[in-house]
Amino acid sequence: MGNESVVQVRGLVKRYGNKTAVDGLDLDVRAGTVTAVLGPNGAGKTTTIETCEGYRRPDDGTVRTLGLDPVADAAALRPRIGVMLQSGGVYSGARADEMLRHMAKLHAHPLDVDALIERLGLGSCGRTTYRRLSGGQQQRLALAMAVVGRPELVFLDEPTAGLDPQARRATWDLVRELRADGVTVVLTTHFMQEAEELADDVAIIDAGRVAAQGSPEQLCRGGAENTLRFTGRPGLDLGSLLKALPDGTAAAEPLPGTYRITGTVDPQLLATVTTWCAQHGVMPEGISVERHTLEDVFMELTGKELRS
Amino acid sequence: MSTGTYSPKPGAAPVGRMIAAQTALETRMLLRNGEQLLLTVIIPSLLLVLFSTVDIVTVPVSTTGGAGEAVDFLAPGVLALAVLSTAFTGQAIATGFERRYGVLKRLGASPLPRWALMTAKTLAVLVTEVLQVALLTALALALGWSPHGSPLSVLLLLVLGTAAFSGLGLLMAGTLKAEATLAAANLVFLLLLVGGGVIVPLDRFPEPARSLLELLPISALSDGLRDVLQNGASMPWGNALILAVWAVLGLGAAAKFFRWE
Repeated sequence: MGNESVVQVRGLVKRYGNKTAVDGLDLDVRAGTVTAVLGPNGAGKTTTIETCEGYRRPDDGTVRTLGLDPVADAAALRPRIGVMLQSGGVYSGARADEMLRHMAKLHAHPLDVDALIERLGLGSCGRTTYRRLSGGQQQRLALAMAVVGRPELVFLDEPTAGLDPQARRATWDLVRELRADGVTVVLTTHFMQEAEELADDVAIIDAGRVAAQGSPEQLCRGGAENTLRFTGRPGLDLGSLLKALPDGTAAAEPLPGTYRITGTVDPQLLATVTTWCAQHGVMPEGISVERHTLEDVFMELTGKELRS
Repeated sequence: MSTGTYSPKPGAAPVGRMIAAQTALETRMLLRNGEQLLLTVIIPSLLLVLFSTVDIVTVPVSTTGGAGEAVDFLAPGVLALAVLSTAFTGQAIATGFERRYGVLKRLGASPLPRWALMTAKTLAVLVTEVLQVALLTALALALGWSPHGSPLSVLLLLVLGTAAFSGLGLLMAGTLKAEATLAAANLVFLLLLVGGGVIVPLDRFPEPARSLLELLPISALSDGLRDVLQNGASMPWGNALILAVWAVLGLGAAAKFFRWE
């Protein structure tokens, strides 16, 4: 899988009236990967993705999708991308299979519609028109419409919002299959777990800017330190403990007899702590290592909580 | 390269195939919608049958050209109404809600070019009108209608009327909220039905109002159709000109002000 950039955003600015929705945003999407654009509501995720799709013209900065200007080269770009809007996009009087078959007809080499209907469990929609489908069925139809034309690059705007856990897993499976078959996927989400499960790259967006970008592992390692906790006799000599630990490690006793070590918590550090305890006749109880999650990273970067 | 189910193989279908598919879908959506059928089929048919057989609005012999058959007066008006109901009211409401529900937006990201979408919408309107004209003509003939004049003149007037009403309908759908379009399009339908020479002859109105009403597209269409079908005129150029001016203004304004989202 190459590292060729299929979406390249540089210094993107987009304003609506007085409100700046996107404020100098940079983003790269590598070919063949899944990139999650993660952020709370109103962070600028949809505006960013819709600019990449060609719906909006940047007020400043440049956007290239598959090497094309999404507005000026729209006619060349549109057949190559698949788009799932956050909501709607279907005639209220159309049936699910009817709409999907129609989208297939607009493409030269569409997927087998019946197989796709089967794959996404849309067969049960029968003759029901779009307006009477459940929210989950509407979401799955929108997803099917995004992939039916066999695009190189798929944009999914909150593909699992409002889905029950089972339907969410089914959507995740499809995203993994797309990636395995060489389709590049860009999705927005405010579910941490979704980004951690699916994404090769995560861009954390806050207030119209990228607060951090990298793999989930890089972000969890780099953005926040991990914590080791244990309990023991109150009043241990933390100065002596710190001498045994690498530079950059901190130790505290927030409550008497409760100890917290923060730093790069690796097996070596754990061994050092337990050795020091043994030397000082301390039985460390309830040792726990807290691995930081994207959620912690996000809170640390933005001071805000994500809805999860 | 992998060759899985989803391996990329992008490409647009040939534009002719896209337009055919889009036209078929748009026509199905129009014909499936119950409220639309009320406007496009049931109301014109009912008006034709009711007013031809029951003396509710007595059509004076002078306006029926002396023949005395109410259906000869009503049939051209109802054909004009059919064009109004599909090209203007139906199209405005359908397009307004497509805009509201993101259908136009979603199609905007598909390989279908905008001009092809508008072509398909126009073709769907024309297909619906052909069905309406066939039904209403059959009904009118059964009621004793004896049309005159050149079918070509009738066709030209119907096409010009369609262009004029489409422009105005799309202008409304592309600028107002969907609910406002729904209300306004129905209101305009009702007002034009009464004040546009469809069932009430325009000479029932006092003079300053009458001259103004004659400039409406519905009046130009119903009057022009009546000139040909009832009086056997060759081509009512005055009415055709009025329709052409409305078409240019309406389509021009729609092209300029239409908002896709």
